[in-house]
Amino acid sequence: MTDLIPSAARAALLQQAAQRILITDGAFGTEIQNRKLTEADYAGNLGLTHDQKGNNDILALTRPDVPEAIHRAYFQAGADIAETNTFSANRISQADYGAEHLVRDINVESARLARRVADEFAAADGRPRFVAGAIGPTNKTLSLSPDVNDPGYREIDWDFLVEVYREQAEALVEGGADFILVETVFDTLNCKAAIMAVKKLERQLGREVPIMLSMTLTDLSGRNLSGHTVEAFWYAVRHARPVTVGLNCSFGATQLRPHVKALAEIADTLIMIYPNAGLPNELGQYDEEPDTTAGLVGEWAVAGQVNVLGGCCGSTPAHIAAMARKVAGLAPRQTARPEPLTRLAGLEPFVMIK
Amino acid sequence: MTDTINSGSRFVNVGERTNVTGSAAFKKLILAGDYAKAVDVARQQVENGAQVIDVNMDEGLLDAVEAMTTYLKLIAAEPDIARVPVMIDSSKWEVIEAGLKCVSGKPIVNSISMKEGEEAFLHHARLCMDYGAAVVVMAFDEKGQADTRERKVEICCRAYDLLMGIGFPPEDVIFDPNVFAVATGIEEHDRYALDFIEATREIKERCPHVHISGGLSNLSFSFRGNETVRRAMHSVFLYHAIPAGMDMAIVNAGQLDIYDQIDPVLREACEDVLLMRHPDATERLIALAESFKGRDKAAEKAAEEWRGWDVVRRLEHALVKGLDQHIVEDTEEARAAIAARGGRPIEVIEGPLMEGMNTVGDLFGSGKMFLPQVVKSARVMKKAVAHLIPYIEAEKEAGAKAKGRIVMATVKGDVHDIGKNIVGVVLQCNGYEVIDLGVMVPWATILDVAQKEQADIIGLSGLITPSLDEMVTVAEEMQRAGMTIPLLIGGATTSKVHTALRIDPAYDGPVVHVLDASRAVGVASQLLSDTQAEGFIAATAADYQHVREARAGKGGSKLLSLEDARANAFVAEFAHKPAPPAQPGLHVFPEWNLADLVECFDWTPFFRAWELAGTYPAILDDAVVGESARSLHADALAMLERIVSEKWLTAKGVCGFWPAARHGDDVVLHPDDDEQMVRLPFLRQQFAKSRGRANFCLADFIDPAGDWLGGFAVGIHGIEPHLARFQAAHDDYSDILLKALADRFAEAFAERLHQHVRTTLWGYAPGEQLTNEALIREEYRGIRPAPGYPACPDHSLKPILFDLLDAPGNAGIVLTESQAMLPTAAVSGFYFAHPDSQYFGVATIGRDQLADYATRRGVDLAVAERWLRPNLD
Repeated sequence: MTDLIPSAARAALLQQAAQRILITDGAFGTEIQNRKLTEADYAGNLGLTHDQKGNNDILALTRPDVPEAIHRAYFQAGADIAETNTFSANRISQADYGAEHLVRDINVESARLARRVADEFAAADGRPRFVAGAIGPTNKTLSLSPDVNDPGYREIDWDFLVEVYREQAEALVEGGADFILVETVFDTLNCKAAIMAVKKLERQLGREVPIMLSMTLTDLSGRNLSGHTVEAFWYAVRHARPVTVGLNCSFGATQLRPHVKALAEIADTLIMIYPNAGLPNELGQYDEEPDTTAGLVGEWAVAGQVNVLGGCCGSTPAHIAAMARKVAGLAPRQTARPEPLTRLAGLEPFVMIK
Repeated sequence: MTDTINSGSRFVNVGERTNVTGSAAFKKLILAGDYAKAVDVARQQVENGAQVIDVNMDEGLLDAVEAMTTYLKLIAAEPDIARVPVMIDSSKWEVIEAGLKCVSGKPIVNSISMKEGEEAFLHHARLCMDYGAAVVVMAFDEKGQADTRERKVEICCRAYDLLMGIGFPPEDVIFDPNVFAVATGIEEHDRYALDFIEATREIKERCPHVHISGGLSNLSFSFRGNETVRRAMHSVFLYHAIPAGMDMAIVNAGQLDIYDQIDPVLREACEDVLLMRHPDATERLIALAESFKGRDKAAEKAAEEWRGWDVVRRLEHALVKGLDQHIVEDTEEARAAIAARGGRPIEVIEGPLMEGMNTVGDLFGSGKMFLPQVVKSARVMKKAVAHLIPYIEAEKEAGAKAKGRIVMATVKGDVHDIGKNIVGVVLQCNGYEVIDLGVMVPWATILDVAQKEQADIIGLSGLITPSLDEMVTVAEEMQRAGMTIPLLIGGATTSKVHTALRIDPAYDGPVVHVLDASRAVGVASQLLSDTQAEGFIAATAADYQHVREARAGKGGSKLLSLEDARANAFVAEFAHKPAPPAQPGLHVFPEWNLADLVECFDWTPFFRAWELAGTYPAILDDAVVGESARSLHADALAMLERIVSEKWLTAKGVCGFWPAARHGDDVVLHPDDDEQMVRLPFLRQQFAKSRGRANFCLADFIDPAGDWLGGFAVGIHGIEPHLARFQAAHDDYSDILLKALADRFAEAFAERLHQHVRTTLWGYAPGEQLTNEALIREEYRGIRPAPGYPACPDHSLKPILFDLLDAPGNAGIVLTESQAMLPTAAVSGFYFAHPDSQYFGVATIGRDQLADYATRRGVDLAVAERWLRPNLD
């Protein structure tokens, strides 16, 4: 890292975050669904053999106007950060659509169009806007065996996953992403592979590529699928020197509250939280009102626990706008300054006390 | 870790038992591919309080990358293990990196150093940063390991500067500045401890936020064998090193004493050595160390003091401490005093003796006292009672009412009784009357005595697998006789599963498997309790029903067809097969030197026989059972001295080698001589293997094109008169001790003879030089599997082996109808010399192999089924 060119975007984001609570965007999936696109919209003329309906990420190539419009809506609602529509734009997930060969193109184009909209808004009011290149967890896990009878078995290995992530991150950076956002981390080891991929990319490019990390909890006790508590997760990934760390998806703000507090107390970096719009109802739909969500996340802002807020599943530009209004003028969280102690982790944290 | 040593600091203990270089047991499991049990080792460590677990797979015979990744992935699947951080321990970077790719938390890498220069060091350090790991840095540079204070400080500071230069977090650096042996007699070594402590202080000052770690056992290497001194040295060292900044160690917490409780003279002498306070400190410590060998002085002093107490307290003390020297005079004093005030002799038993035994029972029940002590206490009790019986009988009174009457026996065909005797003693200590019918007891005798004596419980014991069937027979006969009293099952091959599946269904009365002696009293008291019996019996029955249902649901383990298993046979490289034996034919050893065998003792199973868990010699320092183990060990050494010098026992053995060839899964001896030809059919593993491991059969190690096989039988004779002597003296403790030692002699003889075979008689490893530890770890080439054990589970091969060796004539060893050997302390087996030969467990076989085996063996299916039942699902 000594020989890498430092990232200007990191410095700019830190400068903005020192002054106020920043806003990232909300859900893409539900926004795209609302547009009632046909299979032909998704498939375009790429000549793919698989049904592309539901392959949201490919719209960057076939209907770029759709993600562009959504980015625009979120910026209008008050967002500072756009997350690229690339959650599944990796070789593993795209294999389900027979579109592995398009991984690079999807990521480059997605980042480009987000960059274009962000720059457009920044030019209009002089306030910086950022693009976070989103990397999902893939649907494979390094920590768990899919075969209950063979707990030592793994579907993929580390080196393969590192290359999958590196390929995606490289294309996102090429398209103009400021950060790589490793989100919805259900498996801490997958996340560590993503960090390794970005480190490799940095050395390849000779410049810093700042990372944002976002864990997702799978149970109310505050662990992710690989079993790590919020603290253990932080200690396991802190070597990424991420520009933000936080939580997204799985639960609404109500359920995340204790875990946001725990993370905010220990992380010596910015905290970014983007919960779902509550829990889904019996029909699987999110019906938490924008003001409700904004009221809940606003409590964290008042408590000085967050630096960046946004939304995940079920959130809309209206939710983002409500949040932006709610936290306007509130002081951002002061970054924790933990003592330099050795902090190790199994599934649970272990700190060597002096 | 005791608080006294490190008050004010936090000291990290790293668990060291999942390390193949540190634990022979763990290595054995990994080499055998028994990862399930190896995972249990990690679990136990975490349960016992390890804050970090060290995993090391550096072993020549292992693919360390494969073993490391397999193991780390498996423990990742166990939340109760994976909750603590891992220390990935290897001297090979590729193993460390493979491990880093499997660990989801933040681990410690152990270790990296500048041994191969700065470039490699920084490369590894950068990778540790990228993977997110803390790192142990050895004080080792291009010139070698740091020995002096200056070198330690210089290397660590240089490493620190380099690491800070690449942005390595200082708090993630743990230096190991090398703990070396002191008091070696070499002047340059005198400063080693002081150098470490001073270097620690200086490194901590000059390198903010780092940690200091070290392995303690090196320090006291000169005093191996003298644990009192070693423990004192370790504790004194930490007492000074911790305030200087040492904050982590790979150490057995049981190896430490509380500083304040160390004998002040010894403590002072240790400090003089470690801190170099006198030029002749080493000589003084060596001289002093002699007096700390064996019994220590403070204990002796305390031992005298109790003689001045009143008699009731003396009796209780004697019972709790197991001291029998004065028990007869003390009992007599108590009896005379009670008689003087008009009381009866029985009051001595009902009063002070029972109270003392109750204390023993409570201490044992709460885990504060261990089996050897209980057996010693029982010896004291028996001697006291023996003294009182004539007085009681003179009064024609009934003895104290027992809590219950238990008939115990080792079943027909089996001769092993150490465990049964221990259970008997424990029950007697707790107020039960035990009628011990001895060994090889037919079911008719057991039932007969139980009915005549109106027993409340029958207890059966056995060690060899055919005894399991015999126990079923006893249960069936109890059923036929219409009995209803509880049946207890115990012994090494018995299990809850076997009891639930085979014995419990055969008998309508309560059947309970008793895992070990410590459970026996609890089980007996509940079974005979008016209030608890019903609930306990119902709960046990429900438990066994659950076992049966779980078993039925499982539908057996996944087995390959015999054909598929054979297709996946192990393929040995026969270019490497051993040369023919240097001295073929039979070799008879009528009297092997006992002192030579003592050298080869493997003590760990000896402690296990007494239900003391741990590996020798670490067990002597164990925090929990160490005191008990040391005392037992001292008694054993004292008895050994007499066994050897007074020739109590005779070690007789025979071995031989025969030309052989593999025919399918058989090994045929004398294949070119129809007259002498002998067929040894072996069994093949049939369970589905993963990760490319073969389905082994012992025949795989023999060349079809011509090869050699050996065999041996050794036995320890002459024990009976001594046992009779102990029985007459009411001395169960010595009785059990001698039997356990005889077993050790037999095992040591087998080990020693195998070595003689490798180096001389067969001579395929003439230059082999192994320490006793290496022998115990079986680090030699070739194996000696025994019929009736996992690689070769059919006990009925023993008669064939015994014929080949003429074991009855040459070694005086005969077989019972269940193929148990007499004398009891005996070992027999086959020698396989191929370098690839290895131990394995046949485990469950299919009906197809059973039928095939019966044909090859030339016996009826039913006969084969009887011998192989434990291997049939």
